Amino acid sequence: MESAFSTADLSAIWLTFKLAAVVTAILLLVGTPIAWWLARTRSWWKGPVGAVVALPIVLPPTVIGFYLLVAMGPSGSIGHFTQALGIGLLPFTFAGLVIASVLYSLPFVVQPLQNAFEAIPERALETAATLRASALDTFFSVALPLAKPGFLTASVLGFAHTVGEFGVVLMIGGNIPDKTRVVSVQIYDHVEAMEYASAHWLSAGMVVFAFVVLLALYTLNPTGKRK
Amino acid sequence: MKLLFRLFSFILLVGLFSRPVLAETLTIAAAADLKFALDEIVVLFSKTHPSGQVETIYGSSGKFQTQIRQGAPFDLYFSADIAYPRALKEEGFAASEVQPYAVGRIVLWSPSRDAVKMTLADLADSSIQKIAIANPKHAPYGKRAEEALKAAGVWWKVEAKLIYGENVAQAAQFVQTGNAQVGIVALSLALSPELAKQGSYALIPDKLHQPLEQGFIITRRAAANPLAQEFASFIAGKEARTVMARYGFVLPGEVK
Repeated sequence: MESAFSTADLSAIWLTFKLAAVVTAILLLVGTPIAWWLARTRSWWKGPVGAVVALPIVLPPTVIGFYLLVAMGPSGSIGHFTQALGIGLLPFTFAGLVIASVLYSLPFVVQPLQNAFEAIPERALETAATLRASALDTFFSVALPLAKPGFLTASVLGFAHTVGEFGVVLMIGGNIPDKTRVVSVQIYDHVEAMEYASAHWLSAGMVVFAFVVLLALYTLNPTGKRK
Repeated sequence: MKLLFRLFSFILLVGLFSRPVLAETLTIAAAADLKFALDEIVVLFSKTHPSGQVETIYGSSGKFQTQIRQGAPFDLYFSADIAYPRALKEEGFAASEVQPYAVGRIVLWSPSRDAVKMTLADLADSSIQKIAIANPKHAPYGKRAEEALKAAGVWWKVEAKLIYGENVAQAAQFVQTGNAQVGIVALSLALSPELAKQGSYALIPDKLHQPLEQGFIITRRAAANPLAQEFASFIAGKEARTVMARYGFVLPGEVK
């Protein structure tokens, strides 16, 4: 056997990590306010919004892939919008994958954050308020530090879930090297072309990666203790 | 809870007893270019064999070859590249000779522009941003598309615009949804009622690529399945050949 990974494999690995990193960063920015609102609100909308956020857990990736392909295409609403902005069409681009992955991994970031925010004792926030901290200050100085384990879990799950994406990418990716050919798709192609050795290397790499990530998460973030 | 349990039991019972226990069944794995033609042939076949149940599954030929090696429950395998069933035959996975059934053609197809006079050289034009082909790595139509683009000397100009479908039908679907302006797809797909009403096509000269010689086998697991034999003869018959010809396939024993 020659070297374990071909250049195409390495470029797929790099692309996958780049995608997961960008998606995780966006998800933390977008997911935090959503999670905060879901954790604190008494609004009637809490149920529906929570359900919408959780949809990708239940929906087959093909549903997300299909609707995104149509919506981001030339006659879809997102497609009209991006074309008007002069960006062009999003399917088969890295940006398109980012958007799809943000939707696909949203619950994996929002839910741990929401749990963490809900676990913050009301008293801590009230104390901060009596000390005349502004709402924003309270959030950054009290809520964020207290929710740190939640952020760790959210980042790890968001990242790992994006790395594990396959169905959506297959439908809107177009398998383009360096843009949309991520590791999961590369493995699929190796298997179909009967390049089992290459498929093994990448697959074993994914197993190790997933194990290490989850092990790190469980070691750094033991659940059920020190509340 | 009790109601749920009853419902499940009911579904289970219906499922167990409604299946015709002795019906002959046939599962066909077929290359994606056969999607429309084979569907029509199966309808014709079912008329003469009302007791038989035929299931067809479409996908990339390379995938099916791998799956059959791993014991997939397919009785017949129609491949867009005859090399795949030949390899299976050599490895002992076939219960029949490898039978050529058609030669396929590739075309430039587009719903958004007039493709009738389009040539491969036109693909370099800057107004075309994305071109869909099947994945050359394991889909025969993708391989031939790549060969043709290289033979026409435009490969290096268009390589950055290419998007790869898992099989030739997905490549066509990328174009159909407008996400690619042009696709190199199977003539049989361009001639299908679905695509024919939406766009136009231009044949790509077949001297630019290796022939898309297609072949099928009866798999080892179907050795004792009479329905598989009957379908194999039906494919060589007049009715099936008429359908195949209508979808642009060149048939064995025919001069173009």
